[in-house]
Amino acid sequence: MKAEVLVAGQPADAPALVLTAPISFWGGVNPKTGLIADVRHPQHGISISGKVLCLPGTIGSSSAAAVLLELVSAGLAPAALILHEPDAILLLGLIVAQEMGHVTPMALRLDRTEFGEFVDTKLAIGGDGSITPS
Amino acid sequence: MALALSAEQQAIANGARGEGAAMAMRIVAATARLMGAPSLIPIASAHIDGALYHGDSGTLFAEKLALGGGKVAVRATLNVGSLDLTGCSKNRLPPHERGMARRMMDAYRTLGCEPSWTCAPYQAGHRPALGSDVAWGESNAVVFCNSVLGARTNRYGDFLDIACAISGFAPYYGLHRPENRRATVVFDVSGLDPAFLGSEVAWPILGSLYGREIGDAVGVVAGVAAHPGEDALKAFGAASASAGAVGLFHVAGVTPEAPDLATALHHQPPQAVIKVTAGMIADSRRRLSTALDMDRIDAVAIGSPHLSIAEFDQLEALIGERKLKVTLYACTGRHTLGALEKNGRRKALEAAGVVIVADTCVVVTPILPDIEGAVLMTNSGKFAHYAPGNTGYGVIYGSMAECVESAVLGRPVFEVAA
Repeated sequence: MKAEVLVAGQPADAPALVLTAPISFWGGVNPKTGLIADVRHPQHGISISGKVLCLPGTIGSSSAAAVLLELVSAGLAPAALILHEPDAILLLGLIVAQEMGHVTPMALRLDRTEFGEFVDTKLAIGGDGSITPS
Repeated sequence: MALALSAEQQAIANGARGEGAAMAMRIVAATARLMGAPSLIPIASAHIDGALYHGDSGTLFAEKLALGGGKVAVRATLNVGSLDLTGCSKNRLPPHERGMARRMMDAYRTLGCEPSWTCAPYQAGHRPALGSDVAWGESNAVVFCNSVLGARTNRYGDFLDIACAISGFAPYYGLHRPENRRATVVFDVSGLDPAFLGSEVAWPILGSLYGREIGDAVGVVAGVAAHPGEDALKAFGAASASAGAVGLFHVAGVTPEAPDLATALHHQPPQAVIKVTAGMIADSRRRLSTALDMDRIDAVAIGSPHLSIAEFDQLEALIGERKLKVTLYACTGRHTLGALEKNGRRKALEAAGVVIVADTCVVVTPILPDIEGAVLMTNSGKFAHYAPGNTGYGVIYGSMAECVESAVLGRPVFEVAA
């Protein structure tokens, strides 16, 4: 399977984490731990660090980018992000992280109907946007 | 469509104006590509929301731009920071966070931003012209700028706001395009009691309802007989942008792009009409309060968005010669502080029991005392929305008159004469 590359970055080989509800990074993810902090989110308490994070949707706080940048600088970022649709406010966190000299995960775009088969799998993400079970 | 940069924009990205400007231009261009914008457009001004401390990397980002010689290319006012640099109020930030927040505020000044430190820059002399393109951050400032001033801005978040200000350009998409400013939803308030529409609480309550109903669409409020005043539109916009993702609203017969309903709709039929009822208003008002205990208050806060001088006039008239039993935090910007200092007004307010909070506000930095199960009373739809999550306080919503009366008596009081 091949996805559109939204933001280039490091290839990855990591367990998939498929979120079942949209998330707001600001207030929804703890930048100091990488854990999902929103108590109303179905995956509350799970770590997004080092996972291929599949996002069915994002709720746009204008500070989402700041949280993602904090995660990248702390080494707590996801291994890759797969988004249903591009979110400038969130992905700006990766663009700025690259400007700050950090190695960043890739961000890909893929229809969320494909996310189902990723549950409980490990995925290899290639630099060209290829997604293969590993 | 691929992004096309002009020769000037390409030169800036290649370092013609230094590494800070090159980094800013690369960030703007990358965002434009991500959002499918075909080109970048020059901007007339910016309002920067990025100087509020969320973590060390935000400080390091601003310092890197400054180290690269970055300077804003257009007028850029600053939104609130995490510290009250005027010394009017104190906060409980730990030493490391306080130091990094201070460094961040300093870095944005080095970049050439004006130390306005207010979420109401439009009442501090920053009013871009009708139809001009600007890059503004802070949700209430964005919605006021688009709706009441008729200047054109998207909702610019952290990092992108300053990148646009330094490069002088913004991606051409969204609300910069005239066709996207058309109202598609009519929010009809003609069925409401005119006495309610004339009251102070009407606009924050309507704004909160509007934001929940509309989401990120562009709507037009119809059925308003008279201009409600600028502070009412400020309260409506702030409440709508915290309850929903509102970037632009019109009010038929009031706001500049809506001389009448048909013009706001660009002479096309609306996709939806929301007939606002008294029941919807009552429900919206109830939702603004979250406190389980309606018999106590631990603090009162007003001024989100920051208070204007007209609102301070109203506050002083309501307090009169009385003393407050519960502290009332009045959040404002330096633009009003000058006027308050001149004739002893600040001293008189403080003697009555008011704490003036300048440069920042009580929901973005820890100013309110840390009290278990505490309750905050406010007349602001925006404070009502954010206070529970950010401060831990439950909220009781009331008019400014009710807020003052409750602060005087030390317990919640409703329905006093305004």
